[in-house]
Amino acid sequence: MAVIAEPVTAQVKRSSLWTRAFESRNFLGAMFMVPAIAILVLFLAYPLALGFWLGMTDTKIGGVGRFIGFQNFVSLSKDSVFWLSVFNTIFYTVFASIVKFAIGLYLALLLNERLPFKSMIRAIVLLPFVVPTVLSAIAFWWIYDSQFSIISWVLIKAGLLTHYIDFLGDPWNARWSVVLANIWRGVPFVAITLLAGLQTISPSLYEAANLDGATNMQRFRHITLPMLSPIIAVVMTFSVLMTFTDFQLIYTITRGGPINATHLMATLSFQRAITGGNLGEGAAISNAMIPFLVAAILLSFFGLQRSRWQQGGRD
Amino acid sequence: MSDFDRRSVLKAGLGGAALLAGPGIVPVRAAEWTNTPEPNASIRVLRWKQFIQAEFDKFAEQTKKFSEKTGIKVKLEAESWEDIRPKAAVAANVGAGPDLIIGTLDDPHKFPEKLIDVTDVAQYLGAQYGGWYPVAEKYGKKGNNWIAIPQGATGGCLNYRISHVKAAGFEQFPKDTDGFLKLCQALKKNNTPAGFALGHATGDANGWCQWALWAFGGKVVDEKNQVVLDSPETVAALEYVKQLYATFIPGVLSWNDSNNNKAFLNGELSLTLNGISIWTVGKTSPDPKQQEIAKDMDHAPMPIGPVGKPTEQQNILVYYGYKHSKYPKAVKEYIKFMMDKENYDAWEVASNGYVSPPLPAYNDNPVWTSDPKITPYRDCLKRCLDNGYAGDLGYASAAVMGDFVVVDMFAEAASGSATPQEAAKRAAERAKRYYQV
Repeated sequence: MAVIAEPVTAQVKRSSLWTRAFESRNFLGAMFMVPAIAILVLFLAYPLALGFWLGMTDTKIGGVGRFIGFQNFVSLSKDSVFWLSVFNTIFYTVFASIVKFAIGLYLALLLNERLPFKSMIRAIVLLPFVVPTVLSAIAFWWIYDSQFSIISWVLIKAGLLTHYIDFLGDPWNARWSVVLANIWRGVPFVAITLLAGLQTISPSLYEAANLDGATNMQRFRHITLPMLSPIIAVVMTFSVLMTFTDFQLIYTITRGGPINATHLMATLSFQRAITGGNLGEGAAISNAMIPFLVAAILLSFFGLQRSRWQQGGRD
Repeated sequence: MSDFDRRSVLKAGLGGAALLAGPGIVPVRAAEWTNTPEPNASIRVLRWKQFIQAEFDKFAEQTKKFSEKTGIKVKLEAESWEDIRPKAAVAANVGAGPDLIIGTLDDPHKFPEKLIDVTDVAQYLGAQYGGWYPVAEKYGKKGNNWIAIPQGATGGCLNYRISHVKAAGFEQFPKDTDGFLKLCQALKKNNTPAGFALGHATGDANGWCQWALWAFGGKVVDEKNQVVLDSPETVAALEYVKQLYATFIPGVLSWNDSNNNKAFLNGELSLTLNGISIWTVGKTSPDPKQQEIAKDMDHAPMPIGPVGKPTEQQNILVYYGYKHSKYPKAVKEYIKFMMDKENYDAWEVASNGYVSPPLPAYNDNPVWTSDPKITPYRDCLKRCLDNGYAGDLGYASAAVMGDFVVVDMFAEAASGSATPQEAAKRAAERAKRYYQV
């Protein structure tokens, strides 16, 4: 009997432990979080960690790299093309983000008013965001073409120019041209998101301001802007991140040319890692983007989201 | 690699006697091919996307014929040749993907240990057809073993408008760099300019910039892989290109690989570097204007510079199979089948001479003489140097080309954003970063 009773007791103990565990809220909570944690680790943490690791190695395509510490970064610090790409990325991000915000806010305010065909206009505003990036980039590549540019053609036909504008063949023209393409593509995101934010502002605030005799500018400054600041923080964070890490527009329109004048850190990273075969250096360039991106996020969350700003105060 | 005349081919190949007999040779001896593909094999092949539809159609037809004959299933895919490089890199890194890739240049030399040894295929083809061009052998071999089989080159020649060159005062197309410069200056004067890509155009910009560098005796590295780019010869090449650039159509600094085709067929260009596709497209175009352009155009090899020998850089195509393939013998069987003269010749005819052959024995294909305009493309591999010249092919040569070190150097000097001396120095520093590893 004792021989039979012993395993039964053990089984009961095991079952009860297992059952008891699932009756525990803490254990059950942890179990429910496992899939989410697994996804985060597998698809976010692991690639990021791998990128950090690769940046510290001399890994070449198809090879196993050695740990070389910060050698890639030291080498990049002496690389004029890398520093040019840093300058280009900051230039591209700052100008494109500012203009996208200004136009996006203007459009959002406009679309928030009572307009005829408002739904249709909103759909049109959203169009550039709907078109796949590569297709819009190809369209811009044609628009800027040195021989077939529609802009140059129109200006020549109108008698305003005598020869075609070299949009992409001159370093500064090329920089401004890609900034413009990015603005066109990014404005809808800013406009539509800010519009959503505007619609959450209670009309009673504007009515009260009207009764107090506030001007349009005063209403914008003391009601709209403070109430919109949380959404502005989110929109601008995403806008800056997406602009800073842009790849497709540049790669399709200029491939970083002319003479690397439009190379962003993302495109240079790809060029060095994949076409150049130096995965370690490519990863190091990507890693070098992280401090800038973290700074943008910190600025957003510790600056724009300060509670006093949201309440209309200065600080 | 500096010698690529018949004598050197004789040394490099196994059938020199046949070569001396010139085009129309017969195999010197029947080579043996013993390979038994794995049963129920199925392979995935990724190749460069066609510029000429008939070429791809014939390639697919030959592939089907191969499957019917051997029972090996082949899944054929095509990508733009520039997009193959990233895919090949990923396949090498993760050990999965296509079994066989037909890519470009020195890509196989970036990950030689990941590739199937195809020495037996190369030796069979070499023995069967009288030897490889030395440049083809350099692209195919790593040490004593073959890691890739050169398919040929999407040959680049000078495409020019016959009437415009005549109007510029040249009855014959110039064969040297001095005459070439004078021609470009005269074309500019007549408002019928030349134009060569100087943007990040992997094929066209690298092609003519390397030619110019080598034509004046400049090179990125010497035989010992030491960077020697910052040299008086490089500066001479840069000074020359600066003068050429002044004659070009505006906008070439932004040009990628497709701009010259468009501009030429639109009648805006009189002279550029390209494959045979401009002529083929023009000839078959429903647009009478483009047909007229095709009638008025011809092709020529790149002029010879002060070094006194051809110094072209060509876009070599290479077969390379991955060790991760479950069917390496089927992969080799496929390469051998597609490269066999009978099949290669039929494909070449369909492509209208788009691919310059890597085996001189294939020069007897009637397509090369079917129209004199096609003939200059036949000998592209005979005239060209490899992109690692004068050093080895490998990570560094691929990285220098992939990072546009030479193109940027010429663009800087030509556009005046740096003096030739500054541009050469800067490019040498960039190249050293790769060759120091």
